[in-house]
Amino acid sequence: MPETTSPETTSPETAGPETKTLVTVTVNGERCSAEADVRTTLADFVRHRLGLTGTHLGCEHGVCGACTILVDGAAVRSCLMLAVQADGHRLETIEGLADGDRLNPLQEAFHRNHALQCGFCTSGFLMSVTAALRDGPVSTEAEAREVLSGNICRCTGYAGMVRAVLEVSGTASPAPRPAGEEPVEEAQPPRGEA
Amino acid sequence: MKPPRFTYHAPTTLEEATAVLREHAEDAKVLAGGQSLMPLLNFRLATPGHLVDINRLPGLGEPERIEHGWRIPALVRQRQVELSRAMAVSAPLLTEALGQVAHAQIRNRGTICGSLAHGDAAAELPSVMLALDARMTMLSADDIRTVAAGEFFLFHLTTTVRPDELLLSVEFDDPPPRTFSAFAEFALRKGDFCLAGAAVSVTLGDGDAISRTRVVVAGVAATPQRLRVVEDIVTGTRGDDDVLAAARDRAYAEINPTGDVHADAEYRRGLAATLVRRGLATAIAKGRDHA
Amino acid sequence: MDVVRAPAGTGNRMVGARIGRREDRRLLLGQGRFLDDLDMPGAYEAAFLRSAHGHARILGIDVTAARRVPGVIGVFTGEDVRPMMKPLPAKVAHPALQDFPRLPMALDAVHYVGEPVAVVVAENRYIAEDAVELIEVDYEVLPAVASTADALAPGAPLVHEGARDNIAVHVVQEAGDPGTAFAVAPHVLEETYRITRGGGHSMECRAVAARYDTVTRQLVVWDSTQAPHYARNALANLYDMPEDDIRLIAPPDVGGGFGPKAQFYGEEAVVPWVAMQLRVAVKWIEDRRENFVSAMMERTQTHRIRVAFDDDGMLLGLHDVFEHDQGAYVAGLQVPMITLTTVPGQYRIANIHTELYSCYTNMVPTSSVRGAGRPQAVAAMERMMDRVAEKLGLDPAEVRRRNLIQPEEMPYRVGLIFRDGSPLTYDSGDFPRLLAGVRDRIGYDDQRARQAEMRAQGRFLGIGIACYVEGCGLGPYEGAKARLTNNGEVLLTLAAAPQGQGYETVYAQIASDAMGLAMPHIRVTTGDTERIPFGQGTFASRITATAGPAVHQAAGKLRDLIFTSAIVMLQLPAGTTMAFHDDRIGPRDDPSRSVTLREVSQVANVGRHGITLLHGVPAGLETSSYFAPERAAYASGAHGVVLEVDPETGRVTIDRYVIGHDCGTVINPMLVDGQVLGGFAHGIGNALYEEQFYDDAAQPQTTSYLDFALASALEVPPVELFHIQSPSPLNPLGAKGAGEGGTIPAPAAIAGAVEDALRPLGARINDLPITPPKIVAAIRRARTEGR
Repeated sequence: MPETTSPETTSPETAGPETKTLVTVTVNGERCSAEADVRTTLADFVRHRLGLTGTHLGCEHGVCGACTILVDGAAVRSCLMLAVQADGHRLETIEGLADGDRLNPLQEAFHRNHALQCGFCTSGFLMSVTAALRDGPVSTEAEAREVLSGNICRCTGYAGMVRAVLEVSGTASPAPRPAGEEPVEEAQPPRGEA
Repeated sequence: MKPPRFTYHAPTTLEEATAVLREHAEDAKVLAGGQSLMPLLNFRLATPGHLVDINRLPGLGEPERIEHGWRIPALVRQRQVELSRAMAVSAPLLTEALGQVAHAQIRNRGTICGSLAHGDAAAELPSVMLALDARMTMLSADDIRTVAAGEFFLFHLTTTVRPDELLLSVEFDDPPPRTFSAFAEFALRKGDFCLAGAAVSVTLGDGDAISRTRVVVAGVAATPQRLRVVEDIVTGTRGDDDVLAAARDRAYAEINPTGDVHADAEYRRGLAATLVRRGLATAIAKGRDHA
Repeated sequence: MDVVRAPAGTGNRMVGARIGRREDRRLLLGQGRFLDDLDMPGAYEAAFLRSAHGHARILGIDVTAARRVPGVIGVFTGEDVRPMMKPLPAKVAHPALQDFPRLPMALDAVHYVGEPVAVVVAENRYIAEDAVELIEVDYEVLPAVASTADALAPGAPLVHEGARDNIAVHVVQEAGDPGTAFAVAPHVLEETYRITRGGGHSMECRAVAARYDTVTRQLVVWDSTQAPHYARNALANLYDMPEDDIRLIAPPDVGGGFGPKAQFYGEEAVVPWVAMQLRVAVKWIEDRRENFVSAMMERTQTHRIRVAFDDDGMLLGLHDVFEHDQGAYVAGLQVPMITLTTVPGQYRIANIHTELYSCYTNMVPTSSVRGAGRPQAVAAMERMMDRVAEKLGLDPAEVRRRNLIQPEEMPYRVGLIFRDGSPLTYDSGDFPRLLAGVRDRIGYDDQRARQAEMRAQGRFLGIGIACYVEGCGLGPYEGAKARLTNNGEVLLTLAAAPQGQGYETVYAQIASDAMGLAMPHIRVTTGDTERIPFGQGTFASRITATAGPAVHQAAGKLRDLIFTSAIVMLQLPAGTTMAFHDDRIGPRDDPSRSVTLREVSQVANVGRHGITLLHGVPAGLETSSYFAPERAAYASGAHGVVLEVDPETGRVTIDRYVIGHDCGTVINPMLVDGQVLGGFAHGIGNALYEEQFYDDAAQPQTTSYLDFALASALEVPPVELFHIQSPSPLNPLGAKGAGEGGTIPAPAAIAGAVEDALRPLGARINDLPITPPKIVAAIRRARTEGR
């Protein structure tokens, strides 16, 4: 981190009581209000005040992208905003993507292409891609990688995610669904991958 | 990595904002897009007693067309400018550089003015503004003043903005007709702060001779550095390979960067000189394609 | 990719199939349950004060101001937790180890920046951090050691006061007669390589929560760990408690591991302890800044390697002396011990000398990170293979081919002792086929022609190949339980805990085949010491080869019990051949007579109070199995890369990448591919990006993702991946590890290709990762040296 000269510190001992404020937001179409300290980050507010723990914190300095959510439709790092700044704004999080119980096409494509492993970073990727796809389809692999480049995944190597993004854009034909769990009737050779 | 305690101010008028800044001055920080300040708060490298959130100030959110140029007020997000077609026509250097600033998620929130006020010498926008001969306007409770980009950046992370001031806007003129530009930077990964960068433009005159040149390098000094002697080598020529080679060598001689853990000084020096040459070559090629 | 075959004769239908993961749904819906997602009402949060110095005496600690902060309920220093202050033992030790105690928190000295010094417990993390800033520590700063070279220098300051020197352990292994081999060899080449590896950097940092249940008098600990039983055992030892009084749970979702979470840390000991003292639930969520300074990493090895060879490039001897950076304490010697035996790799070398100097430094202790000591060994060896080829004017792929151990030589004894204590023996593998597969797919000869054309145009194309072996599937054992539940479901309980590997899916596949029961009737649960008493953990690519057979056996035994019960319930003749028909059990060829799993469970498990069990029905349908492999199995592979180097900027652009991989039987090809490709991304980081820096005072210089580069989707190139399957004879599934093969040879292959690209300039690539400034410096050096 770059160094900065800090002005005189207000010590927690000498500071007055923590200033609390009421924050009202629309989250995934629903209006919610909750109290927060003014220094509470939007990420902590969403996770711990609103109970939407699908958004994760991976670095808290805006690089890893795990905490990416949409604010008024734009993908932003929720670790780099204060909750109080979101007051009156519209939030979208991973919990709002599915249609009830049904995975949306992007979520389906992530499943089909094994685009997640531990799943910790997944919500951030889904939100970044969701925002990008609203601007139009992603037509090349290079573009897909650019769209994904603002988030870090340590498990997958990104290959499945690149395919998923292209598929949802209609650029690549969908991968075959992974085999189901029902028994195969005949002892047929298990599927390999080309 | 949670922000320290502070008193939060969300002024809704400029008067209020500047009054708060005057009152708390050294102990206050302006919060605009927050993409530089919030990490510093989370790391507790900045511990201001007062945070002045200017996001609720009216009328600062859209770029404005002014006579022969643009004014970009304090709350214009980087992404807005990046996606503006009008801006791509009149300030393509800015558009090109913005595409290399961090990632879309940061640019959605980060402001142009915020990046300038932060004054990171390895950031893209300060060097672009220097190459565009931009002017910065600061507002305080007492006065309003405008300085040229060349006087705005004082040192790495230090600008001429006083603690009681707000960087209200940045303005720049449309470049002369037949000006072509390029932003050439090199970072370990796309979106990282660059190890070196070059913001360049050339203006083509009669017979495609270069009538005006701008060469600014980033990441190799405590502020963005304009290389006038290099510009002089290029201006008046047609920018052929030998001229560009001479420009590169002169740039190399002019730059005196320091090294750090990521890159030694010699590397940065050679890299910046190479980027000057490549940037010029790209800009000139754009001009030739255009003709 | 080659079609995946099931092992012959097992009638497998699920093993080998590309089954979609059960885990995905909850994660895609944002309903994963990572540790900090767990709802723990009333939990307090902890924050640690950490050492600001690489080496210092603690003269005093003043926590008065911190205690006064409203919302703080406790501040503990090392002195305050003395009753449980015992050294945390090294995971892998050695009789010759010069050991220094690693305590849960510092007492009177600190030995690295980031070492825990005190802990604050408060209403929330914000307040806890406020209070941490108010703790005053009076340090007497001592000289610090910031590299293995400094550690070994004459007159070096001592990492630990009173130490003999800074050498933790010195180990030599020999096979054959290397002295003579080098004395008589026609050619000898020597080189020094410095190889830095990054950290684990799981996206979820470490995390621990604990609550003492005053009613059951049980301590419940949630730990984002790869090894729940290992952590439970450590706590039982530190707290001097019976193992059953501690329930340690790895949450269903752990956000990546990659090695560092398989170690045991002071924080894991301190947090449950203070929760017990305060009688409240306490959680500690490591933040990224802490992760950078206090999570174990792998860091740096320096190899001085010599090879002896004849005019045909046949290897006659190998001599490798290397320094390993152990950090301030020996958390385990597994990494350097693995390196020690991985150097010879796929090559037949009769005479070997490998020698380790494991050094103390004043930096965070090191431990396994995906690859665990193998990437360094492979880099040193493979770079020498390139040099041998260069010296003799031979093709580097051909030199490799000539030296490969042949499939018919399996099992092959290398002559060294592996880190599991057994003679280093490759159990299986087909190295020539891997190399040939990589050559074919990358179009090796065409690429050489293209390289020549591009060189003529002044462009720098390079081709690199690296081969490796990976000892995996380590002991001592792994366990599984299988049980028929009251609702007619087969519940598999694994001791091991996953961090994204898909255990809930993979082990249901294995059990499905073992039982002949459809997967939907099988559920998998993991990572809870209360559900299964013994286990080791997920590390060293060991689980498929250890827990896999355990599951296979436990499930098979349960099937037999279920069939026996059904035969009695259906009044069938003993010995009737039974089968599952969906959730019903009946004679294989007469599905009309059957009972359901639930009915069997009602009779055999639930029973009726006071009524005699049907004669012949086994009481309590539950089985367990622990599988202990005889020794490590060997996975293997080869990587090939074509890349271009820009000599002015040092930019490396990867053009083609091919991976040939052999992990024996593939249980789920989709998931194995995921493991390999994910490991590859880590290898790209190790090759080109990830490097920690410390200054001379051992102050870390890379403590954020602005300074430490993890590869994004733009940096990880597409890969062509193929598998061959040489099943291991050491376990009934034939399985080997798959999690590290993507990582291990990537730095070696890329370094080789970069040097190959720059061969016309004579630049030497001896320092990894290969960052652009290093490439440009190597070119500059070659020019000044007039190569």
